[in-house]
Amino acid sequence: MDFEFLAHVFQELIAAVPMTLALFVTSVSLGAVFAVGLTAMRASHNRFMNGFARAYVFVFRGSPLLVQLFLIYYGLGQFAAVRASFVWPVLRDPFSCAVLALALCTAAYQAEIMRGGLQAVPEGEIDAARSIGMSGFLLLRRIIAPIATRHALPAYSTEIVLMVKSTALASLVTVWEVTGVAQRLITQTYRTMEVFLVAVIIYLLINLVVIKLLSMFEAYLSPHLRARPPVLVAVPQTAETGTR
Amino acid sequence: MSWFELIGFGPNGRGGILLIATLVTLLVTLASLAIGAFFGSLVAAAKLSQSRTARLIGTSYTTLFRGAPELLIIYLVYFGGSHAMTAIGHLFNVEGFLGMPSFMAGALAVGLISGAYQSEVYRGAFNAISKGEIDAARSIGMSRWLLFRRIIIPQVLRFSLPGLGNVWQLSLKDSTLVSVTGLAELMRTTQKSAGSTHQYFVFYVLCGCLYLVLTFLSDRVFGVAERRVALSFRQSIKR
Repeated sequence: MDFEFLAHVFQELIAAVPMTLALFVTSVSLGAVFAVGLTAMRASHNRFMNGFARAYVFVFRGSPLLVQLFLIYYGLGQFAAVRASFVWPVLRDPFSCAVLALALCTAAYQAEIMRGGLQAVPEGEIDAARSIGMSGFLLLRRIIAPIATRHALPAYSTEIVLMVKSTALASLVTVWEVTGVAQRLITQTYRTMEVFLVAVIIYLLINLVVIKLLSMFEAYLSPHLRARPPVLVAVPQTAETGTR
Repeated sequence: MSWFELIGFGPNGRGGILLIATLVTLLVTLASLAIGAFFGSLVAAAKLSQSRTARLIGTSYTTLFRGAPELLIIYLVYFGGSHAMTAIGHLFNVEGFLGMPSFMAGALAVGLISGAYQSEVYRGAFNAISKGEIDAARSIGMSRWLLFRRIIIPQVLRFSLPGLGNVWQLSLKDSTLVSVTGLAELMRTTQKSAGSTHQYFVFYVLCGCLYLVLTFLSDRVFGVAERRVALSFRQSIKR
């Protein structure tokens, strides 16, 4: 194996990691904000809001991310009205287009996960909280949000790890993240296997760190499931045992 | 030219080739489902086996093909396959670059990914078979193969149907990435039509709608299949 070449590939790909991470962090957080809005709409009794949230989830989960990305990047820029408007600086830039597409797509998946979490909050807990006079934001903050988060977190982790992979699509609109650079190296050197291996290791490492962080958060949220610390019982020293 | 003329079936319309492209997308996804079933069942068997090495291989396969970006795997199969074919071509005195057929590369790449997900589905389905059934079959003297064919396979297929529906949807969406190999499936054809007419918006919206139709219809098909299969379960399981 040619270690010099591997080291060269590793250097090139590591340099692209900040771009992958930037895409990942911004799109997941922006997506979470959208998803909270969608979940609120879905939970509302207003038929229009509810219908919008349903349609949104249907469209963004049912169509491929690549189509959404190209629609935003190529499709919207086609209109002179868009190019003249204030959103053009955002839609002209490949990075922000990629973030927008990723965020809009993950928002649909995240909203479904959040909805599932909300449904898992027992009616009785809410009644109990209401009966002692909690309401509105306090009820949401102290009772609903922690229970819902705890239930939604495993599915949420899966979605977030999938998002690490999804950032690769940004390379198709000329954002030079890890997969894009890997593809360039493959076509330049014709050494597919080596480049692929290094790139995969980098992605697996990113996934590992993300999963670790999320499982730490999960453990923090569910103290009641942790093993209890062993209770130390002091053995009284009696005169009898002492002398023997 | 109006939008309707553009996407219609007239002399200048692209409706015809888009419909053919949709068919190609379906074919790639079907092929990848079959390839994935092959790899998936092997990997599931490896993960359920007693041998530690086999389990390690199975787990590595899933980690690799679920953890790596789909696009990267398509590059691996397409470029790697093409290099291998060129090398083989040299052996037989065929000069120059030999490209791997893009349909084959695409179906294989999506199939490898699908296999990783399918292996999990099959493993879960196998674990859902009640151990009593296997004991009962053994006790009446069924051989391993007969047990596998009569007891395990039918139940694994039933239990894995909902999971396979999810994998199908994933593969359908992954198949858009095969467009980078130049295969004229729905995504690639949309790109070409949009590029040559400069009507990006209408073509990408249409493409998205066609995928929505595909995912919606396949959801329906799997729903019908699940209901049919449920008929052969006992009443208590059906609910």
